[in-house]
Amino acid sequence: MKARVHVSLKNGVLDPQGKAIGHALHGLGFKDVADVRQGKLIELELTGALASKPKAEIEAAVKEMAQKLLANTVIENFSVELVG
Amino acid sequence: MKAAIITFPGSNRERDMRMALTRVNNGKAPLDVWHGDSDLPQGLDLIVLPGGFSYGDYLRVGAMAANSPIMRAVKARADAGTRVLAVCNGFQIACEAGLLPGALMTNAGLQFICKEVNLRIETTQSEFTQKYRKGQTIRVPVAHHDGNYTLDADSVKQLEDEDRIAFRYADGLGNVAPETNLNGSVSNIAGIYNAKKTVLGLMPHPENATDPVCGGTDGLGLFESIAESLS
Repeated sequence: MKARVHVSLKNGVLDPQGKAIGHALHGLGFKDVADVRQGKLIELELTGALASKPKAEIEAAVKEMAQKLLANTVIENFSVELVG
Repeated sequence: MKAAIITFPGSNRERDMRMALTRVNNGKAPLDVWHGDSDLPQGLDLIVLPGGFSYGDYLRVGAMAANSPIMRAVKARADAGTRVLAVCNGFQIACEAGLLPGALMTNAGLQFICKEVNLRIETTQSEFTQKYRKGQTIRVPVAHHDGNYTLDADSVKQLEDEDRIAFRYADGLGNVAPETNLNGSVSNIAGIYNAKKTVLGLMPHPENATDPVCGGTDGLGLFESIAESLS
């Protein structure tokens, strides 16, 4: 069982790195890119008792991990996806 | 004053901090505490989270250090009123640990900034800045890549209303304007207090402006304020 945690900046939080990537894409001729936001993807390989629990419980546990460490909810949103 | 400096893997200003604190504390050096310890020495008046790049800034700046064993003890002491000085990476750690509101993001210009800057003293109603004058400009160095202080507008207003903004990036005359904003920080904020004004977090390095032969002494007032308040 694998969990993917997608972390992205909240709306309204400026993303200087996304902006720089946007500039670079424009420089390469991709003029139709309006805005770029950079986030991150964290993959967790789950094992032990947790991996064999119902999906809802796994999702709750991974959400707790995201809230406590993987994302900073002051500036970031996250979503959890279970795979396999 | 009994002070302790917490050292994390990747801290790099703990010795500078030790010199600054020793200078204002009658030659008495602060205690050293390692991040893996779970207890703090008894009877501390001040806990310092120094600058550096703890845990290589993995995940987010300060995020790993904020969850290290010693931080549980630091949070408990801070809640009980022990003063905390959090500088640069220490500020980032304090925000991640929930000791201070907001977060530090990548500088707006995406560059690492290492230079001397002008800071305006926004309040002297604090044990950390009572030796300064309100509105005074001091010159201290910065050295950071992630000093872009981010907080929602309502919370910034709250900080202002509660006199909790400690320093703002300014010009040499103390003017605060978009052009004097070093790194994109909301409202030019360089340092803030918690609600009880017992925790101060700031990105600049006052400890590197305490020796007349190296970097000037504009940061000394902060350490003298602390020593006077807590001795």
